[in-house]
Amino acid sequence: MSLTLSETLFWVIPELMLAIGGMALLIAGVFLGDKSARMISTASIGLLLAALLVVVALNGGPAEDLFGGAFRIDAFSSFMKMLIFGAAALAILMSDKYLVGEQLGRFEYPVLIVLAAFGMALMASANDLIALYMGVEAQSLALYILAAFNRDSRRSTEAGVKYFVLGALSSCLLLYGASLVYGFTGATQFNAIAAAVGDEANVGVVIGLVFLISGLAFKVSAAPFHMWTPDVYEGAPTPVTAFFAAAPKLAAMALFARALITPFSEIADDWRPIIAVLAVASMAVGAFSAIVQSNIKRLMAYSSIGHMGFALIGLAAGTERGVGSVLIYMTIYAIMTVGAFACILLMRRRGGMTEAIEDLAGLTKTSPGLALILTILLFSLAGVPPTIGFFGKLFVFQAAVEADLVWLAIVGAILSVVSAYYYLRIIWLMWFNEPAPPFEREVGSRLGLTALASAALVFPALLVLMGPLIAAARAAASSLF
Amino acid sequence: MNEIAAQSLATQPWLSLLTFLPLVGAFGVALRQMLAKRDANGEISAAEIAQIDTVARNVALLFTLGAFIVSVFIYFAFYDPSVAGYQLVETAEWLGGGVSYKMGVDGISILFVLLTTFIMPICVLASKTIDKRVPEYMIAFLIMETLILGVFCALDLIVFYLFFEASLIPMFLIIGVWGSKGTKELGGVVMSSRVYAAIKFFLYTLLGSVLMLVAIIWMWRYAGTTDIPTLQQTAFPEGAQKWLWFAFFASFAVKMPMWPVHTWLPDAHVQAPTAGSVVLAAILLKMGGYGFLRFSLPMFPLASAEFAPFIYALSIIAIIYTSLVALAQEDMKKLIAYSSVAHMGFVTMGIFTGTKQGIEGGLFQMLSHGFISGALFLCVGVLYDRIHTREISAYGGLVHKMPFYAFLFLFFTMGNVGLPGVSGFVGEFLTMVGAFKANSWIAFFAAFGVILSAAYALRLYRQVMYGDLAKAKLMAIADVDARELTMLGALLVFALFLGLYPKPALDVFAPSVDLLMSNFDAALAGAAGAP
Repeated sequence: MSLTLSETLFWVIPELMLAIGGMALLIAGVFLGDKSARMISTASIGLLLAALLVVVALNGGPAEDLFGGAFRIDAFSSFMKMLIFGAAALAILMSDKYLVGEQLGRFEYPVLIVLAAFGMALMASANDLIALYMGVEAQSLALYILAAFNRDSRRSTEAGVKYFVLGALSSCLLLYGASLVYGFTGATQFNAIAAAVGDEANVGVVIGLVFLISGLAFKVSAAPFHMWTPDVYEGAPTPVTAFFAAAPKLAAMALFARALITPFSEIADDWRPIIAVLAVASMAVGAFSAIVQSNIKRLMAYSSIGHMGFALIGLAAGTERGVGSVLIYMTIYAIMTVGAFACILLMRRRGGMTEAIEDLAGLTKTSPGLALILTILLFSLAGVPPTIGFFGKLFVFQAAVEADLVWLAIVGAILSVVSAYYYLRIIWLMWFNEPAPPFEREVGSRLGLTALASAALVFPALLVLMGPLIAAARAAASSLF
Repeated sequence: MNEIAAQSLATQPWLSLLTFLPLVGAFGVALRQMLAKRDANGEISAAEIAQIDTVARNVALLFTLGAFIVSVFIYFAFYDPSVAGYQLVETAEWLGGGVSYKMGVDGISILFVLLTTFIMPICVLASKTIDKRVPEYMIAFLIMETLILGVFCALDLIVFYLFFEASLIPMFLIIGVWGSKGTKELGGVVMSSRVYAAIKFFLYTLLGSVLMLVAIIWMWRYAGTTDIPTLQQTAFPEGAQKWLWFAFFASFAVKMPMWPVHTWLPDAHVQAPTAGSVVLAAILLKMGGYGFLRFSLPMFPLASAEFAPFIYALSIIAIIYTSLVALAQEDMKKLIAYSSVAHMGFVTMGIFTGTKQGIEGGLFQMLSHGFISGALFLCVGVLYDRIHTREISAYGGLVHKMPFYAFLFLFFTMGNVGLPGVSGFVGEFLTMVGAFKANSWIAFFAAFGVILSAAYALRLYRQVMYGDLAKAKLMAIADVDARELTMLGALLVFALFLGLYPKPALDVFAPSVDLLMSNFDAALAGAAGAP
């Protein structure tokens, strides 16, 4: 049954809101100038939250195929969009003070995040190779500019260029893979590809699939396609890094899951080992490379590489339970990351931000509240119970064990101990060492509240509410199968 | 009417109440401190700090004593020691998919619950000498009590794992923040030795536990639930049992600790503050033995029987080797730490004999070691508070100045040696009887441990207490005060009582151990009968 145009447009209201709203804000900004930056930020947050509410309102019905099957609204896409829009809104909320402080308070910033969120929404819903590429590019172009947003800083510009060049390369891989898949199956729509592939893959499709996976692995920054991550994370302005670490990862992981499961689930045995290798490589790179970092943003970059590795364990399982665990993991990851970056943004002394891990020394004495919040978040990132970071790992390991990948669960468990070391290092700096000069006090600021809220979710709120989260993630995952 | 009221009273979630009671205290301390800081607007005078500290101490003491009273009340009012199965069971929906929040106790766990609530107020009292960051310290101890009680009460594997792992966090902070001074060079990097000990403690135990986590997940998949009573009735395939057994072994052997993964323990003990050492020795180590009895033996009986010789070998090495190591120590705390490893060797040996005496002896040994080693660490703490060194050679002739202390220290030294009349004897004797039944050679070698323990314990006592009072620093040393007398006296009463009359404790163990044994024997017989 095909929908009329108005029915189709009804289902994409959130995306339309972001696209049209983003452009309207851009026009308004051009006319009002940089003085309006604050107003436009607020409007952008409002826009993202409104889109989030519409997604919530539209959620719950059966899956809808739009635009000839290129675009799919289902529980999975809705789940990811809620997270993405929430993370994007928080990213704008957290960046206000920093940007003003660094003389970067320009109106383009929130608009770019809105446009990136639009691209991510496309990625979450893309059910066709062309829609996939459009989503990825719509998102990436906004992200490249954001990385270079501090255009007078060499580091930031370098980050932007590096991200752009490597991003373009990965897009090439993605397109090359897509063209091979199209060439050998004659279809770009995922379900049509699935029908054409059948349960016996021919070599051309598999090669195309490998290129597709490589391109997508770049987007989620899975090793060995992670090289850009530390440099971009370090070079980009900190609020941009905070944004990069959460929302784009959610979108890319959503796309990764859908692009593998819907068209290629019949030939899962061909790609599951590849994903497993990516997972192990990412966890290992994340765990071992982070140990020697002295810059907290670089450390968070390696930490996010490691976390993507853990999430990919769930995808390597290739089962409904596995995708559900990826969703649980990504939700928890997003909460922890937003909180951790809120804390990093609070590392402010007279005269600017600090990024050295050493500056956190003795934080429990200088700002006990912040130290406690960061401790909870770090234990959660390390996956130590009773924080929810543990449950993220528990469920991906469970998915691996149920898919007979016990070895992957064991490797992941051991690497989680290695990665616990560098989180512990920060904790011991904060608790055991003599204090470094104190940070500026910001009681009750937006950042402080964001950090507090995420820490409260990490422990103990979600500990109690874990049941509903699991149910929602599982329901979302089941719509892919 | 009264019966109905009693019935409804008995079905209240008593164990959850008990478990989370200390946590309430921790919140209380935290809130008080936050409010005080807010009122003072950042600038706090020394007098105000002293006042906050006193309040924190009193609240912590109040809540740990409260937990003790509640646990005793639960024991006498609702616990029926003649019943073998789990009692006071409470269940609540949690994660779904076979994971629920479930608590309950049986004869194996109830005495550990009581031991925990008994030791904790003593630890709070022993922390009188802590003078920095007192509220945080008390919060850490209260949280730790909640987590330890959770470990012993949990009847769901995931809930158990949660408490088991989480208990690392407060201990990590206690060692790292309030541990002793001193530095250590490691691979060219100079780091504070308490930080080294804290990290080693954390990572060692974490590494052991994550393997158990994978095993738990495997069992979850196999049985469809993580409910401990159900899993104890589940017959896992023989091939899988071995792997699962090893995964659980990795966790509990580190916790116990067994040779050769015991090396974190001396570091942790030496660096931890006195109360931290007491909790570590008296309670945290018992989680390992408890785990063997709760999981390894009932869930993987075939693997347990198969690997029993392996455990015997490790236990014998632990008993003899670490006793010899203890003999060579210059640091009092290290000596007691190594002696703990040796004593835990008796426990593992007893548990895996699979005999009634062995298992009851292992349980009893853990209980008695809780009193005696806790008391020994307190004794060292008494000296350390006065002279600020743990070197054995810094002392000598204290008996002239500290007669009460000399008596108490002698009593607990004798307990450590396993002198008849003190609880240490009963546990060692029973485990040896069990071992003798299983294989007389094991008992023969284990007996060396008894001799060696006399050697190192008496050497410690002689060098510290006897001889001439020659050292200038020791001239003005004061005998134990009322607070120290209370702590050590309470422990002495229990160690002596259980040593002279062990029946009450053994009677509590018996029904649960009998049930465990009959299931264990049935599983072995079933496997032997199968083609």
